[in-house]
Amino acid sequence: MTLHADGLTWRRGTRVVVDGVSLRPEPGSTVGLLGPNGSGKSSLLRLLHGAARPDAGTVLLDGRDLQRTPRREVARRVATVTQHAETDVDLSVRDVVRLGRTPHRRPLGGPGPRDEAVVDAAPAQVDLSAKASHSWHTLSGGERQRAHIARALAQEPAELLLDEPTNHLDVRHQLELLALVAALPVTSVIALHDLNLAATFCDVLVVLRAGAVVAAGPPRDVLTPELLRDVYGVEAHVATGPHGRLTVTFLPPVLPPVLPPVQTPGRALGQAWTGAGESRRDSVASPAPEAGVSTASSTHGEAAPGSSTAPTTAEPRSTATPPKEARTP
Amino acid sequence: MARARERALSAPAPARARERAPQRRRVHPAVLLAGSVVALVLSVGVAATLGAADVSLVNVRDVLLNHLGLANVPVRVSEDAIVWQDRVPRALVAAAAGAGLGLCGLVLQSLLRNPLADPFVLGVSSGASTGAVAVAVLGVGGIGLSGGAFAGACLAFALTLALARATRGGTAGILLAGLAGTHLFSALTSLVVFAVADSDETRGVMFWLLGSLEGVRWDDVVLCWAVVAVGAAVCLGYAGRLDAFAFGEDIASSLGIPVARTRAVLLLLTALVTATLVSVTGAVGFVGLVLPHVARLLVGHAHTRTVPATIVVGAVAMVWVDAASRVAFAPTPLPVGVGTALVGVPVFALLLVRRGRAS
Repeated sequence: MTLHADGLTWRRGTRVVVDGVSLRPEPGSTVGLLGPNGSGKSSLLRLLHGAARPDAGTVLLDGRDLQRTPRREVARRVATVTQHAETDVDLSVRDVVRLGRTPHRRPLGGPGPRDEAVVDAAPAQVDLSAKASHSWHTLSGGERQRAHIARALAQEPAELLLDEPTNHLDVRHQLELLALVAALPVTSVIALHDLNLAATFCDVLVVLRAGAVVAAGPPRDVLTPELLRDVYGVEAHVATGPHGRLTVTFLPPVLPPVLPPVQTPGRALGQAWTGAGESRRDSVASPAPEAGVSTASSTHGEAAPGSSTAPTTAEPRSTATPPKEARTP
Repeated sequence: MARARERALSAPAPARARERAPQRRRVHPAVLLAGSVVALVLSVGVAATLGAADVSLVNVRDVLLNHLGLANVPVRVSEDAIVWQDRVPRALVAAAAGAGLGLCGLVLQSLLRNPLADPFVLGVSSGASTGAVAVAVLGVGGIGLSGGAFAGACLAFALTLALARATRGGTAGILLAGLAGTHLFSALTSLVVFAVADSDETRGVMFWLLGSLEGVRWDDVVLCWAVVAVGAAVCLGYAGRLDAFAFGEDIASSLGIPVARTRAVLLLLTALVTATLVSVTGAVGFVGLVLPHVARLLVGHAHTRTVPATIVVGAVAMVWVDAASRVAFAPTPLPVGVGTALVGVPVFALLLVRRGRAS
């Protein structure tokens, strides 16, 4: 029961979207695909379920070339949840889940007892049994995503490929969904954006950049500040949290300084508003209470500029005060 | 999720009842099938009584039973000729056209994931008109109007598919290529009519283009129903695959559908059925667009149900629309395509309004 990729390369036009990727997930493990937007995560998943044909390399399902395996046989083994799968057809959740039985049914055969049992059970696994009879078009984005996962589970796959399955989900459903996928006795390959979820639920992480693998291994080995800086271009702090879990904390990027608004003489009202806003932000942002006091005192103490609190005030703040004082009377 | 599982286990009865709720409104397939056969036979029978010459329903029955070898009741020769040689074949071809065009519309709407698709979306009808005009006006070949129409339809379909293939645009590419083909061939038709035809020829061709069942014979009945039967059988076999196209080709592929082959088979099938029907009846508009929507409203979206429902509803509806167009401006017959549009547009509008309210 294995789905292996060997040296996959896929070109779209002149662009190489997947570049020599090999993947050999352990049976039953959960593999997280990471990488910035456009790094080839979705393209790799498309190759893995055979929706696209690689230009070089092969996908092997139990040692057999996926492109030479009948689609029906592949679909009984590999289930896929893509992004943005929408429909105009007025289907109920149950109908969507029932689609997952397609590869298990004969062309003219009706649903058997096993089909019905699986279709009954799948929505409960994603917390959707209460909405099983609801129309697709009444579902929220997160519910649609979960319905697709229930459909994939109804395929009874040995391998599950998920393309950003936690999109649109609230935090509880993100955690529940990934916990479910990680606990299932299937091999899963999940494209993810959230590094903390990836660290929590995946056994192995594979990081892609420009279609090529730049790192692979257990989360603790892969998620390093150096790699995150290198691949995502972000500064991050990686630590083991209080529960022994790896946590990634991102540091805010240093942005180029914002230019001050241009002061035009004809826009007095606009000036007044900007001025007021600035002063308010000043007092809120000041870390120490003394600074707030000092601004207040300098606002009111117009007659006493050399008071004892004045020296603690930062230089730019004291220069910002005169226009405000001029307006108060 | 563990909680959800417990909930599902502890209270299965109400959950099940709710799940089944939408299915209760649907009619059992066997009842539907029996009812539809009765409705079709009655419709053809009643349609055969309508027209300039008055024939009673009893006489229609006698004529039919005589010819089927089930009875030997003496009837007037003129009545026998009117019913058996004119009205019954005409009603049966109308039924085949309704069934076949509806079926093609249904398949194309599902396959191309576009509720506005109809059998003519691939340029087939417009190619048929060019072929028919070429034969009627230019006197191309010794193949007759129907042969010309069929050849034109196939040519247009081949060109459309070649263009769609060249664009590699998937579903949208097919629709756009079809649009290009449709406009090209209608322009060619107009060009031929404008450049060559005199007014009488033009009038005849235009009448035929609007959809006309004048002068159909039993040969046509056999041909049309044979094609529709093949189409129905293939579509029923492909019902599950058509369902799987609901979320697009990637999901269909991941559900085990050989997408490219399925699409090729079904496009070719709809083109052949449409080309055959158009070559006999002309381009009867609007049925292929509206009937699938009516069928879905009646039996839901699963193709094991919508395929038979579309065929039945299409057949019965067309028999009545044709009968109505025959007698509405008697003795001048109205082209049946005008009738279908006049009836179809209000029905379609009603469906749209209902759909808007439901969502």
